[in-house]
Amino acid sequence: MSATQTREKVRLTPTPTQTRAQRRKPSEWVLLTVAVIAGIAILAPFGLIILNAFKSTQDYSSHGPLSWPTSLSIDAFINYLGRVNFGQAFWNSLVISLLVAAIAVVLSLMSAYPLGVGRVKANGIVLAVLLVATMLPHEALIYPLFYGAQATGTFNTVWSVIIVFSVLQAAYGTYLLASVMGAIPEELIEAAQLDGASRWQILWKVLVPILRPSLSVLVVFFFIWTWNEFYIPVVLLADQSSQTIPIALATLRGQHNIDITVLNAGSLMSLLPTLVFFLLFQRTLVRGVAAGAVK
Amino acid sequence: MSNGLAPRLRRPSGYWLYLLPIFIGFLAVVGIPFGTNVYFSLFRWKGGAAPMRWNGLDNYATLFADVEFWTSLRNSIFMVIAMVVIPTVIGLLLAALLTETIGRRFGPRIASFLRATYYLPQILPIAVAGFMWSWILDPSNGAINSFLQSIGMGGPDWLGNPDLAIYAVMLMLVWLQIGYPLVIFMAALSRVDPELYEAAALDGAGKWRQFLAISVPTIRPEIFIVVLTATVAALKVFAPILILTGGGPEGSTVVPSYYAYRNFFELSQVGYGSAISTVMALVIFAIAALMLWWQRRQETI
Repeated sequence: MSATQTREKVRLTPTPTQTRAQRRKPSEWVLLTVAVIAGIAILAPFGLIILNAFKSTQDYSSHGPLSWPTSLSIDAFINYLGRVNFGQAFWNSLVISLLVAAIAVVLSLMSAYPLGVGRVKANGIVLAVLLVATMLPHEALIYPLFYGAQATGTFNTVWSVIIVFSVLQAAYGTYLLASVMGAIPEELIEAAQLDGASRWQILWKVLVPILRPSLSVLVVFFFIWTWNEFYIPVVLLADQSSQTIPIALATLRGQHNIDITVLNAGSLMSLLPTLVFFLLFQRTLVRGVAAGAVK
Repeated sequence: MSNGLAPRLRRPSGYWLYLLPIFIGFLAVVGIPFGTNVYFSLFRWKGGAAPMRWNGLDNYATLFADVEFWTSLRNSIFMVIAMVVIPTVIGLLLAALLTETIGRRFGPRIASFLRATYYLPQILPIAVAGFMWSWILDPSNGAINSFLQSIGMGGPDWLGNPDLAIYAVMLMLVWLQIGYPLVIFMAALSRVDPELYEAAALDGAGKWRQFLAISVPTIRPEIFIVVLTATVAALKVFAPILILTGGGPEGSTVVPSYYAYRNFFELSQVGYGSAISTVMALVIFAIAALMLWWQRRQETI
């Protein structure tokens, strides 16, 4: 008796999901189906990679790419690890991406400070020049950079790539941070000045805490952009000892005697770190793309 | 008090010091290399220790008459269709669908899950994405043709047929790019006041009419940014071409960046490669400047 009463009560005060469900029309189900099918189409290549990375070579050649593996095999992974020094490549990728993210954020912060807060003369020109830097095709820099790296002894070391990307990413970061800083009320900075804070202290003790959300977005983006970079690393990091994960995979492809299953295993291993990173920082990434657009 | 202090404190001279690191970095990584690239473009040079022979503007004259270069520029238009036109249109429709219909009727969780799914290819290393697709498109044991065979159809050689290869590359680029406009447009659409849609619905406007009259005009600034940044990216496409087709077959998928790369590192024509990349930079700047100028004009009218 009391149970039916509570049920009645629930029905009388519908939750939002219930009202939503009640009004769902057939056309809306059709639209949902379309969106889900599109999602499956996007995910399908990932599914295929996973499916075929765990097959043995014989299994793949006799049953083709679409069949379910007859037995789980990790031979392809072992084979890939035998050809590529994955640990070294992972370490190189990690060092490069982390250092670029850290250096580029500090650099962006410092150069955005005079533009956004100091409102120095000619800040329009400075920003325009930095914007041009972000549009410039890397092809128009590569040969001189290739020479410069050789001349400075940074060729085939992670440092050439770290220096180049710190500057290139910071050009974008400066652009974004300058506009965020421009929106900070001047009273705040004046109050800190009255308290006797120096410019340096204002930057680190007043502005950095306020800017923390934007800075974290930038760190995430710089990290993932650098991790995925292809053109400049493929030229500057010719030696296996300095290669990043994407470059190690790319050089492997040139070998013709390689099994598809090995390439699949390599691709899967190469995308796993990015995938983990994506799952951890999905919200920040999405927020960051949107912030970058409006600013 | 603040009046007396402000001018002295806001004196900008000391701030310049903070620009010093990026200034030095910019010179070393962008300014001097780009200048040097332009300088190289005036020479005949095999690279390395080979002698540099002054060539004046001859490289540019050759470029102007080079059929392969014009093909590469024409292929850039295909890249723009694949990375700008199609993803922007589909992204707009999907973003409206996810925010308006799915987010509201089926819950925001499903909407944000689908958003993450569509965005996933965007964070993939391009080298990995390239491999996935070169194998999927493989004529003999790739996934697409295996599927076609299993339903009794023979698949074409997607990447080996000069008439088809560019469309196969475009297919991958659409897959890669779609998440970018979608995420931006979804964030922008959250700005729209839901009451606007309700009012329009009361006036008898259907979903499609609401989309055109309310959604699209509201997010016009974001549409512009997406079109601008994606166009610049499309003109720079490199890795997918290197990995999927190597510019072939028969030069049918060559793009300017790949053509420059080939001249630099395969044909040892560094001067010519420099000329290509210089022209490429100028084309990108001109198109970006034109788009920005057009956007300004739209705003003032």
